[in-house]
Amino acid sequence: MTVTAISHRRRRGAAQGQGVAGWAFVTPVVIILGIFLVVPIVMALWVSVSDWSGSGSPFTAQVHFVGAKNYTSVLNGQGLTAQTFGLAVRNNLYYVLYVVPLQTALSLFLAVMVSRRAMKGRSFFRMAFYFPSVTSSVAITVLWLFLFSGSGVVNKVMSYLSISGPDWFNDPNGVGTQLFHLKESGWLATGNFLGIDWYQWLAGPSVAMSAFIIMAIFTTSGTFMLLFIAALQNIGEDTEEAALIDGAGAWARFRYVTLPLLRPTLYTVITLGLIGTWQIFDQIWIGTHGGPAYTTTTPAYMAYDTAFSGNWGKGAAIAFILFGIIIVMTLIQRLILGEADATKMTRKQLRLDRAQRAASAAAAEKTTGRAH
Amino acid sequence: MTSTSITRPAASDTVRRRRQRRRFGTGTALVVLIALAVVYIFPFLVQISTSFKTEGDAANNPMSLIPQTWSTAAYARLFNNSDFPLWARNSFIVTLAVTLGRVFFDSLAGYALARLRFPGRDIIFYLLIGVMSVPGVVLLIPKFLVINYLGIYDTFAAMILPLLVDAGGVFMMRNFFASIPDSVEEAARIDGAGTFRIFWLVVLPMARPALMTIIILSFQGSWNEFSHFLIATQSPGLRTLTTGVATLASGGLGGGTQYPLKLGAALLMTVPAAIVFFVFQRQIMNTTGGAVKD
Repeated sequence: MTVTAISHRRRRGAAQGQGVAGWAFVTPVVIILGIFLVVPIVMALWVSVSDWSGSGSPFTAQVHFVGAKNYTSVLNGQGLTAQTFGLAVRNNLYYVLYVVPLQTALSLFLAVMVSRRAMKGRSFFRMAFYFPSVTSSVAITVLWLFLFSGSGVVNKVMSYLSISGPDWFNDPNGVGTQLFHLKESGWLATGNFLGIDWYQWLAGPSVAMSAFIIMAIFTTSGTFMLLFIAALQNIGEDTEEAALIDGAGAWARFRYVTLPLLRPTLYTVITLGLIGTWQIFDQIWIGTHGGPAYTTTTPAYMAYDTAFSGNWGKGAAIAFILFGIIIVMTLIQRLILGEADATKMTRKQLRLDRAQRAASAAAAEKTTGRAH
Repeated sequence: MTSTSITRPAASDTVRRRRQRRRFGTGTALVVLIALAVVYIFPFLVQISTSFKTEGDAANNPMSLIPQTWSTAAYARLFNNSDFPLWARNSFIVTLAVTLGRVFFDSLAGYALARLRFPGRDIIFYLLIGVMSVPGVVLLIPKFLVINYLGIYDTFAAMILPLLVDAGGVFMMRNFFASIPDSVEEAARIDGAGTFRIFWLVVLPMARPALMTIIILSFQGSWNEFSHFLIATQSPGLRTLTTGVATLASGGLGGGTQYPLKLGAALLMTVPAAIVFFVFQRQIMNTTGGAVKD
């Protein structure tokens, strides 16, 4: 910094002009991001450890510091707030557990399919799969409320298969409960983690939440498909062709050539998926307001609902706890999947190296005749 | 060379066999893709047809793509007997302001961060990256607190100002400006042009592809924005299409399920976003990939 500053002082006029212009150019961005991103966080941190009731300024003498009280009342497992928060975490956890793997797999599948050179109408398919991503959360939720209503399209299709569909968005029953015939008795009725017992943790997403899960997969798979398509174009046909001549079958080619090369993209998609799914809010507000029986309440929705019903301290605390959850989740993911670019090799080296290893692995599989 | 030519017949034989298998695979793949495309498109077709149905028809024949009796009652009601036109107007105002603001301020800051040397540049850049990593939904309550504190709650200012710049856009413009050669600017500088003139007349016109990306992203982002407007406003007069249709979805106008009305409203609000998508289709398909390539 100082070195460049000194060397620049030599070219006085221009450098000084640049300094002034530089600051003038970034000032609007700095002011707006400062006022609407940095200051709010500081303010909300204060509110989350205060007893501000929502009226007047939070910086007056009437507002008191209450320490971690708001945080503990959410996390200590006692009382209504803590129970609702436990449910909210459970609901969102199941949402993440279903949506992230399924949307990743589906978007990868779609990308591979529409990237085939021989495929006719590739651009039509791309557009069809991407289109749901263009719609707003409001428009798609309105559509979903219709499709998944008691006498809606989905239940109509199910009735053709002689299944009587549920009243999706009004059904609080856990999918896990119904699949495994769980009952809230015995040891399942014991235990307390974040205010709810083992039965409630194991009950799974409610039928209502499942409709949201399907919606998320439907709307985001197209976006992630584009990321995979771009990555597949980067890999190019050469590596594939090489493996083809080596005699690798289609699945072996995908498993040992394409998939390892897609690792960085896979990492990105899973990270974005994790961050995005923990933030589900719009759909809940529009579709169910957290019901039925709190089974679609998520931490993000609960933070909003709590704050705007007057408990600003608790609401802000929940928002920061959610922030913590998101950070912890991405760290865990990083631990499990490893750093995307752990090696110091350049991308091209990495690509070549991987391609070579992959091609030989594919060939090896062919020779040993292992089937996957 | 000799060894390849010896093994060649065998190799090409294998390849031919693979090709055949591949062609067969393509047929199956096409069927799978068509089935999936139906699943992806059908909901929107049902949406279009339902918006032209009568309420009874919508409830009794949810699947049918052709209304038993064509009815434009839902649309007539939306335009003549609801706040829908007002919501649309508000959405256009906010989207226009946000898009213009982002194009100008993002590229200005991006240019400074990429090209100009000034004290504090690196700190600003790292702050920008830090800000980008804060999840948006966490900021909802904090943003309300500041909007309320500044006394701009329930105004257009509260809706527009916080969205007027975005860290991601600045980051994108910075990367773009860093990637173009600086020989053009040098020439202009020698001619004695000021920094803003160089930026405005020389550099910005070169940035058309990146600007298009910013325009598309800000348009779609602000047109589809919901949660920010939810916490920034409360009066019905400031509702946008998103907040307006959302209240319609939970309450409706009067009794009944009103699916034709709701789906029609949802359909109309999708039209501008869909037009942008179809017009800039190629750009969208490429930019999303391009953003990740690095």
